Amino acid sequence: MRGLSHRLHRFDVKQMPYVLIAPFFILFTIFGLFPLIFNGVVALRTWRLDDPAQDGWAGLANFERLLTDEDFWNALYNTFGIFVLSTVPQLFLALCVAFLLNRRLRGQTWFRVSMLLPYITPLTASTLVFLVVFGRDTGVANWVLSLFGMDSPIDWRAGKLQSWVAIATMVNWKWIGYNALLYLSAMQTIPRDIYEASALDGASSWKQLWRITVPMILPVVIFTVVLSTIGGLQLFTEPMLLDSNPASASGGSNGEWQTIAQLIYKVGWKNLNLGYAAAMSWALFLIIVIVAVVNTLVTNRLGGGKR
Amino acid sequence: MSTTTEDRIAHEPAPAARRNRIKPSMSGRAPQDTPAGKWTYLLLGLTFLLSIYPIYWMFVIATSTDAALAEIPPKFLPGGEFMKNLDEVFSLQDVYFAESLVNSVIVSTVITVSVLFFCSVAGYAFAKLRFRGSRILMVMVILTLTVPNQLGIVALYILMGYMPGEGGWNGSLLAVIVPGLVSAFGVFYMRQFILGAVPDELIESGRVDGATTMRIYWSIVLPAVRPALAVLGLLTFVGSWNDFQWPLITLGGTDYPTSMVALFDLASGNYVLYRRVLAGAFVATVPLIILLFVGGRQIVRGIMEGAVKS
Repeated sequence: MRGLSHRLHRFDVKQMPYVLIAPFFILFTIFGLFPLIFNGVVALRTWRLDDPAQDGWAGLANFERLLTDEDFWNALYNTFGIFVLSTVPQLFLALCVAFLLNRRLRGQTWFRVSMLLPYITPLTASTLVFLVVFGRDTGVANWVLSLFGMDSPIDWRAGKLQSWVAIATMVNWKWIGYNALLYLSAMQTIPRDIYEASALDGASSWKQLWRITVPMILPVVIFTVVLSTIGGLQLFTEPMLLDSNPASASGGSNGEWQTIAQLIYKVGWKNLNLGYAAAMSWALFLIIVIVAVVNTLVTNRLGGGKR
Repeated sequence: MSTTTEDRIAHEPAPAARRNRIKPSMSGRAPQDTPAGKWTYLLLGLTFLLSIYPIYWMFVIATSTDAALAEIPPKFLPGGEFMKNLDEVFSLQDVYFAESLVNSVIVSTVITVSVLFFCSVAGYAFAKLRFRGSRILMVMVILTLTVPNQLGIVALYILMGYMPGEGGWNGSLLAVIVPGLVSAFGVFYMRQFILGAVPDELIESGRVDGATTMRIYWSIVLPAVRPALAVLGLLTFVGSWNDFQWPLITLGGTDYPTSMVALFDLASGNYVLYRRVLAGAFVATVPLIILLFVGGRQIVRGIMEGAVKS
């Protein structure tokens, strides 16, 4: 008996920790890591959902096709256009809102919670609302613009720029409050005596914002830049639902706002060419890594960081 | 402080003459100790209105007739047609709206409970138990935080086709639930929290009393990490409720969608009525608004503590 309980105790101390972390590693390996790697294999094969018999190695054919695929370059162009129109105003306005929130406020918790309304709203639901807001004939957006003296209503689905602006508006609406809270939490960790010292030097609070607050929260700014790069370059729901027939995944009658994530969906599950869709996913992965690194460096430089 | 900061922001870009008037913040108080002025409240109020307007507008259209959409200036007050619109949504064939709500509740609940359990035991192991390789394994967890899983979506679809059962898992809720059962962020978050919230002495004294590892988890760790469980649970529930791309791929076109996929179906097709679409959207949004109302404090805290990847 003594031996058994001793063995049990040994097991509890030596092996139990592995039992506790095993579920995470097993599930993550199967459904997270393996698909990422297997995706590389699929990209090198002919893999059609409608014709399994065609299955076979394709070498780099999928990637070669990518280089000359007009749809891909168009989608890449759109993705970047929307990305710039959404990320830059989003992070700047988030900074402004965080600056406003970073005061002694009555109803502080209430204000913070209310900033999360857009974040918590399902993306499909809010996108469907914006669809109505950006209607050509009776949309609220055109009505507001008409109040400012614009007489001919904009057809938001008719061209690249206006559809990008509409989509970027949806993205900005959703993420400004969320990013503002991230900035706010970083702002509140700045030691108080730094402000005291700069006040003695006669810095105004506007100057304090740019000379103290922003440089001090730079790590979080970089973090949000990386996050919005990863999210922004994979934009899917908004462009999908903006289509008058969402199921087509075409992103406008001439692909005005078709993003890469949307094109991957179309190639994979409308054209049923999974091999080519996998190659596109890898290309997108590579692009995200490059852009995230570049953006980090640029933000660091702009924010006055060393190096 | 006659010239408040808010004043200046509101009038940017300031003309040179005005800029000279800007006084230093002489009090030397940190911003968070400075009482907000009227401009701060005004601008925050405006931000709030812009945040809530689309949700309110969704409700207005959801409660109105078709004619409401054409009104200029836009209709401001809700109408009385909500039940009628909703009734139409629920009775639409090919959309399966009622089933989709049930499915979303199942998916989000199972995923949330599972994430809370698996991530808290793994976080406990990483924070408080000694075992070989714990450091390198934790680094692996952190590395996986940065990989966007969406990029493996094609291969995930193929993999689901090979899962046991007739025709694999595509088109069944299993395909949506199982990949969500654990989260790297959850493990990381729970580990950080347990490190700070559970003193080593408490664990040691449990050991001396002869408690097993799991016994210590139940009676010492779990009660101490309840706040973190609330945060992680809320963020996980919201994330899985709102998930769209993967459910669309694997459940789209079946008669077993989640509510996000059902909304997509509602908005597709040749004959789309927005009062219907937005009535459905509103129903799918309400549970989350209730969650924000009840657990808003926790969600804010979770996000501000760096709870970022959901």
